Amino acid sequence: MAKVLVVTSGKGGVGKTTSTAALGAALAQSGENVVVVDFDVGLRNLDLIMGSERRVVYDLINVVQGDAKLNQALIRDKRVETLSLLPASQTRDKDALTPEGVERVVGELREKFDWVICDSPAGIEKGALLAMRHADVAVVVTNPEVSSVRDSDRIIGMLDSKTVKAEKGERIEKHLLLTRYDPARAARSEMLKTDDVLEILSIPLLGIIPESEEVLRASNIGAPVTLNSPSSAAARAYFDAARRLKGEKVEIVVPLQRTGIIGKLFGRRVA
Amino acid sequence: MALVLAPELPLGEWLAALDAQIDRSPSFFEGRPVVVDLAGLPRELPDAAGLLQELERRGIHIIGTEGAHPSWQGIEAWGRPLPNAGKPGRPIEVPDEPRDTSAAADHGGEPNSLVIEEPVRSGQSIVFERGDVTVLGSVASGAEVMAGGSIHIYGTLRGRAIAGIAGNGRARVFCRKLQAELVAIDGVYQTADDMPSALIGRPVQAWLDGEQMKMTALD
Repeated sequence: MAKVLVVTSGKGGVGKTTSTAALGAALAQSGENVVVVDFDVGLRNLDLIMGSERRVVYDLINVVQGDAKLNQALIRDKRVETLSLLPASQTRDKDALTPEGVERVVGELREKFDWVICDSPAGIEKGALLAMRHADVAVVVTNPEVSSVRDSDRIIGMLDSKTVKAEKGERIEKHLLLTRYDPARAARSEMLKTDDVLEILSIPLLGIIPESEEVLRASNIGAPVTLNSPSSAAARAYFDAARRLKGEKVEIVVPLQRTGIIGKLFGRRVA
Repeated sequence: MALVLAPELPLGEWLAALDAQIDRSPSFFEGRPVVVDLAGLPRELPDAAGLLQELERRGIHIIGTEGAHPSWQGIEAWGRPLPNAGKPGRPIEVPDEPRDTSAAADHGGEPNSLVIEEPVRSGQSIVFERGDVTVLGSVASGAEVMAGGSIHIYGTLRGRAIAGIAGNGRARVFCRKLQAELVAIDGVYQTADDMPSALIGRPVQAWLDGEQMKMTALD
């Protein structure tokens, strides 16, 4: 039974696209048949993060409007053969998406794949609503910052009211993915504590992804971090999150600041 | 919002039922505009105007009629007949308020309290004019709860709680943890800046003392 998963947040720049690519690749690397769908029509990025930008011919809008067949628009990843991308259009805007078209495309994708991962645009408007519309599972990407947490709260409210599942009176499964977690700033109490974020949003935690050079580097060379540097802390956190999505029980690892011997010697300063 | 009353035959029995309703909820028609839907009555009704007089005598404020037959005498006096929209107004729930409002319990009848079992999320607005609202979870920053009566929040109040919106100065706000953006009772409000900092993060109740809002810790 295929699962439709939306990666959403409300706020921009928190790591939705990076997380979509990393989780999609991690699930595909474990043998699942995965498609990642870019719903950010007009501001597409997922093709860049996936390193497929030079292979885009047809896009989601072409398929939604019936100008191209789904198979013509899907781009199969060169590194993991069970991973595909359905890119967004860069030249159109969100108004080109129609509810009927999206429903048909998501329905077709359900038949072909085990996981349909929808990368939502930021905001709470049409694009974001259509991206979450048919989801069975939501991954709410949140940074440990007050603005991000409040926007995530707003999105959770919409997941509970504006999705097909919610309208049928069913519950949509929601998970919190805490990203850009900076252990050094956490140690200095400059970020919201994980417990506080969990208390405010009251949805289960899927994982904590540390802010890391590897994530940025992977984005720049067009590879999901789980493919590019699978042994990095961020990639391991994404692998664990993917296993939890499949229903496995995996202990949550809180990223810690690694301090060398010098750090230990001079780590405390008398103010 | 206007109420629609639809009299039925026999009129004597219908009026008696109406009286019983008014007896249970004395304030129900107070200040509410009412439209009388006469479509259910036969054309040869002897005294339609008399019926409307009966309603007025019960303190019902009639703003118009609907479905009146043109041959009836004296109907125009009761306000402009409203166009027959084809779709009748939705039936309205009539609350059974106890006659003595100090009575502790309200047995049976329509509930005049609302229980929310989910957290109230940012951007959501809960409005319940008829009575108290109880929230089992938290009320998020950017969310609001408005109640005709008191508001009870068993989680953290981070958003707005607005009690006594129908002009009830005796309404109160209770929360297990105060981090509110705004608390208001019957139009008197305090923003986070006005609240005593010693109460932030604690279980608190707020009430009105005349025109002043008071807050105190519950623990």
